[in-house]
Amino acid sequence: MAKINTIAELKKLREDLQGAAQANAGKPLVNVSLATCSVASGGRDVMAAMKEETAALGLDVEFVQSGCMTFCFAEPTVVVTLPGKDPVTFGYLDAEKAKTLVQKYIKDGELVDGVIPVGYERIVL
Amino acid sequence: MAEKKQLRIATRNSGFIDPENIDSYIAAGGYLGLAKCLGEMTPDQVIETMKASGIRGRGGAGFPTGVKWGFASKYASDDKYVVCNADEGDPGAFMDRAILEGDPHSVLEAMAIGAYAIGGNKGTIYIRAEYPMAIERLKIAIKQAEEKGVIGKNIMGTDFSFDLDIKYGAGAFVCGEETALINSMEGNRGEPYTKPPFPAEAGYWDKPTIVNNVETLASIPAIIVKGAEWFNGIGTETSKGTKVFALAGKINNVGLIEVPMGITLQEVIMEVGGGVRDGKEFKAVQTGGPSGGALTYKDLDVKIDYESLVACQSMMGSGGMIVMDQDDCMVSIAKFFVEFTMEETCGKCTPCRIGSKRIYEALDKITMGQGSLEDIEKLKQMSNAIKDTALCGLGQTMPNPVLSTMRVFEDEYTAHVVDKKCPAGVCSDLLEFVVVDDKCVGCTLCKRVCPVDCISGNAKEIHVIDQAACIKCGACLDKCKFDAIIKQ
Repeated sequence: MAKINTIAELKKLREDLQGAAQANAGKPLVNVSLATCSVASGGRDVMAAMKEETAALGLDVEFVQSGCMTFCFAEPTVVVTLPGKDPVTFGYLDAEKAKTLVQKYIKDGELVDGVIPVGYERIVL
Repeated sequence: MAEKKQLRIATRNSGFIDPENIDSYIAAGGYLGLAKCLGEMTPDQVIETMKASGIRGRGGAGFPTGVKWGFASKYASDDKYVVCNADEGDPGAFMDRAILEGDPHSVLEAMAIGAYAIGGNKGTIYIRAEYPMAIERLKIAIKQAEEKGVIGKNIMGTDFSFDLDIKYGAGAFVCGEETALINSMEGNRGEPYTKPPFPAEAGYWDKPTIVNNVETLASIPAIIVKGAEWFNGIGTETSKGTKVFALAGKINNVGLIEVPMGITLQEVIMEVGGGVRDGKEFKAVQTGGPSGGALTYKDLDVKIDYESLVACQSMMGSGGMIVMDQDDCMVSIAKFFVEFTMEETCGKCTPCRIGSKRIYEALDKITMGQGSLEDIEKLKQMSNAIKDTALCGLGQTMPNPVLSTMRVFEDEYTAHVVDKKCPAGVCSDLLEFVVVDDKCVGCTLCKRVCPVDCISGNAKEIHVIDQAACIKCGACLDKCKFDAIIKQ
């Protein structure tokens, strides 16, 4: 890992990383909540099932793990961002529902049950 | 929810970034706050910014963070410490765990900012060993931050250096109290000591030390980047910014929320929280865990900030909110929390050690239907005496669940001792399970499920429960399909 030697290098790194994310925006992005509670309720199974299904369908999808998405009542949860669309949060998943999510929403953009309305504004630095 | 009631500052990254990848944090503006401090601000300016922002400690007591930092900066010493208090222990609270698991770098960055501000160079995160995933992610974060050069020697090419390590707690509740925490970090028994000297003067290894809570720290990079005025513009006159709460208990949307200070309890419970589960009646919410108190249906219009909660005999606490409905008995709830404190008291001071035991015994007596009006008076007296005389925060706040439930639900206490009834139908010693004659069809289901064979009656005839033999397990009530058994 390259060391950051000046403050300017930190800012440059940030711009580069944001640029790389932009370049990647043509792919669907799946963000899987993997905090203690999400893992306990089966988040890892959901991630594995989704990866398996995207591979089976030959879809090019980017997966990332993140921490708590705050929706304990609906774990496991994932956020799916399709190119050019707003992120959508899906909850109450299991391996089976996760596969359906891939087949319907990620492949064809068709919404499935379990969408969680997001009631917050978030500070971005 | 049409209008967005929540504002996420401390939890701005949790659920959005990969906590195990520092690049993910940097892409989200990570370490820009530290860079701004090192490049553009003097330590005094950082402290002034913290003071001007108005942020107060999110661990519970609400001491102004900038003032705390200001004290520590005044004492000259070779070493000064920044301690992150991650000893989260309130029943039903998990805000700090979520932040550490979802955004560990924000805490590291803030600790470095704190060290720069007070002229320190060392930091320690005190976390309980029962948070393995948070610990794992913190370790990864520290390693990556050191490799990147944002923590360690000569951060980002400046002459500021800051080293970090982790200390594990064994899960004693009192170790969240800062002096007990320092004792525990030094390898001593986790017992509090009297202040002064405050840790800002002589804390960890007798060096100037600031102890800050996880959530407080997580807000700090945002305050530095976006400015004190921005933060100061959110919240109420005395309580600025946002607060993270962990909603638990009988509420539909169990989970974490982050809301601006000054939001009403009504908005939190009914709108953000989605209302009480199963359409039941909202009764009360315990804030501040065992040190806090109950806000009730009468307090729905209370604006949530440090002062208003204290005015209701409760406290902000670290942010646990346990929601209770019509089926919860307030005496039992008070007993539950006092039992927790009784088990967690370190035993150093008499009011806390013996007082918690005596309060628990009185509450136990009342829930068993053996209490008297005199016991209620004694409870009040003991509670007030302990508040005034206990050594640390744990003891001083221990009677809060009793006093705050009595504030609105004294009639429930009275019902237990005078009428020998538990209005919520919880205290089993005060309950009777009886058959409603005109609903019983004589199906014999209850009779078959009763573990002590105390239900008699032939098929298609009305059944009878023998009250002397009944152990009040409630199995018959659960089994009956005709609502023919009630508890009263």
